[in-house]
Amino acid sequence: MFLDFFYALRSRGVGVTTHNWLALAEALRAGLHAQGLDGFYRVARCIACASETQYDAFDQAFSQVFRGASVDPETILAELDAWLSDPKKLAHLDPAVRAALAGLDLEQLREQFFARLAEQKERHDGGNRWIGTGGTSPFGQGGSNPSGVRVGGAGGGRSALAVADARRFRDYRNDLVLDTRQIAAALRRLRKMARKGETFELDLPETVDATARNCGDLEIVERPPRKNDVRVLLLMDVGGSMDPFANLVGQLFSAATQGGGFRELRSYYFHNCVYGRVYEDAAFCRPVDTTKLLHELDPSWRLVLVGDAYMHPGELMMSSADWWSGGGGPVGLTWLARLADRFTHAAWLNPEQPGIWDAPTIAEIRRVFAMFPLTLDGLDDMVEHLRRPPSPGRAVLVHQLARGEELPRPRRSDY
Amino acid sequence: MQSPQSFRGTARYIVSEELGTAVDVATHLGRPLLVKGEPGTGKTLLAVNLAEARGLPLERWQIKSTTKAVEGLYTYDTVKRLHDSRFGGAEVSDISRYIELGPLGRAFERRDRCVVLIDEIDKADLEFPNDLLHELDTMSFTIPETGRSICASVRPVVVITSNNEKELPDAFLRRCVFHFIEFPDRELMSRIVRVHHPDLDEQLLAGALEAFYRLRATDGLRKPPSTSELVDWISALRFADIAPAKLLGAGLPFLGTLLKKEADVATVTHRQRRGASGR
Repeated sequence: MFLDFFYALRSRGVGVTTHNWLALAEALRAGLHAQGLDGFYRVARCIACASETQYDAFDQAFSQVFRGASVDPETILAELDAWLSDPKKLAHLDPAVRAALAGLDLEQLREQFFARLAEQKERHDGGNRWIGTGGTSPFGQGGSNPSGVRVGGAGGGRSALAVADARRFRDYRNDLVLDTRQIAAALRRLRKMARKGETFELDLPETVDATARNCGDLEIVERPPRKNDVRVLLLMDVGGSMDPFANLVGQLFSAATQGGGFRELRSYYFHNCVYGRVYEDAAFCRPVDTTKLLHELDPSWRLVLVGDAYMHPGELMMSSADWWSGGGGPVGLTWLARLADRFTHAAWLNPEQPGIWDAPTIAEIRRVFAMFPLTLDGLDDMVEHLRRPPSPGRAVLVHQLARGEELPRPRRSDY
Repeated sequence: MQSPQSFRGTARYIVSEELGTAVDVATHLGRPLLVKGEPGTGKTLLAVNLAEARGLPLERWQIKSTTKAVEGLYTYDTVKRLHDSRFGGAEVSDISRYIELGPLGRAFERRDRCVVLIDEIDKADLEFPNDLLHELDTMSFTIPETGRSICASVRPVVVITSNNEKELPDAFLRRCVFHFIEFPDRELMSRIVRVHHPDLDEQLLAGALEAFYRLRATDGLRKPPSTSELVDWISALRFADIAPAKLLGAGLPFLGTLLKKEADVATVTHRQRRGASGR
């Protein structure tokens, strides 16, 4: 049963290792679980779980493995009373187990524990005795059973199974594919270290050198600290078809702001396609002219667009799509091309599966931007792409598009 | 059976059974205890009170965004050495005079056991925890400048707190005993308040707790009030001699001690006003 529990945890995504398990065995050998299932629950949880997001999975695994057949509450109460009134039985059991435990090596301990838990289950099936098993006082230990019947008295402790069944940690679950740390780690590879700005760090080798030149007179040389010199412009599509991915994009955003460590990061929102304006907030209240961005930010900025690139072809190809400026403005694709033309290190992250990337608007956008799936591998590829010099073929095409020139329809091989 | 060293809190600090067990396990296995939880649930106080309960000295290492892992072990004051070499006054050939041990370094050097608090580890750089892996595993390190190695003769009890601002690396988590301090339920909370206000009026306590949990349940709070704010609030209520009846309706007194964000105050007063007019 001990091993069942181990594998039940693993199958639910609690990453316990042999290393953890030996630590648990050692803690049990030292008697830290106070010879009870409640204590075992507490000890096992603090060793097996590495985050509160795993508590819920732990609770589920625990109740799956340690729950016996259900018995009706009346019988349980009756038997519990009978048993509690005879604490001698317990006194008899406990020191024996304890003495046996003291002299065991790990392998024996494991077998012993295995056997004891099996025994506990049996007794539980027959009634209720697991509740008090091994506790120093049968009256003080968690006065409850899996059916939720509370036994009065000095109790107050919740039984491990009752705690496990309550699943209080459900809200802390985190089943997302990407975690913020992994995204941040991927984005970090974008960095380019440089020393710029104010000097306030002691340059030790230079100081030694200068001091020596100065015939031993101390000459302190300072330098600016090494900092990431990469600036990133992040444009995110929100709303509509992007709603299912809101969480994922949110994670990318928090990873970029907190863990990215960029020299500067600017992020704006757009809906479906970039036109004459982008917005500082997802509610589209504070507009910023796209032209202003094109003028203000120099080409060393890395441009990352996040969106599903999935829209009505009209939004991309017809100028009427830009209804903000009352028509007549450049089409969406031209705006995208202008961005790509200015920021030559650019990429598009798409949360949709690459399988549907042949859809007309997506294919069109892929002529302008290199597109990567919003997964860890995709992020890695994107970082790699942004570090390389831009492809000359794409640059020519983008430049033509940016000036609004009509292009012949692309051949399939262009993608 | 309760092991003799088991930690059950102090007169001024109440621990849940789960947390007590986690402390015991960490102490026994000689592994760091990683404590997470909402701000204000007493993560930092755990180490302070653990040290007090066991009568052990406390080494405290407050992490900031610029903290480097090696600073916890030792720092080498090169500027002072350069200064001394220029202006004299001390023997500069002895590097060890310019090595200052950090909190972890001092803890390893001790002959007796102590408690080390590494506070807010998530404030540091992403790689910070990885840089400490080996040192926390073996509880020893070497100072390359002098070739001296320091090895803990008694493994200190290491308590690490995190506010979850950054994810910690898996390799680091695997080596820790983990505990998440849940927000206390009403029963535990009234015990905690009693510790801070032993002579508190029963009615006022009940009223304050009622209002407090109702406030916490408000949707859309950016920073829900925590234990420490409740304790402060009750101090304020007692100081101003507020009657318990005043806590029942809308318009809580001293809302500013409970809510620290302007937006939250606006949310709550808005709801209360709507609730009042609806009645």
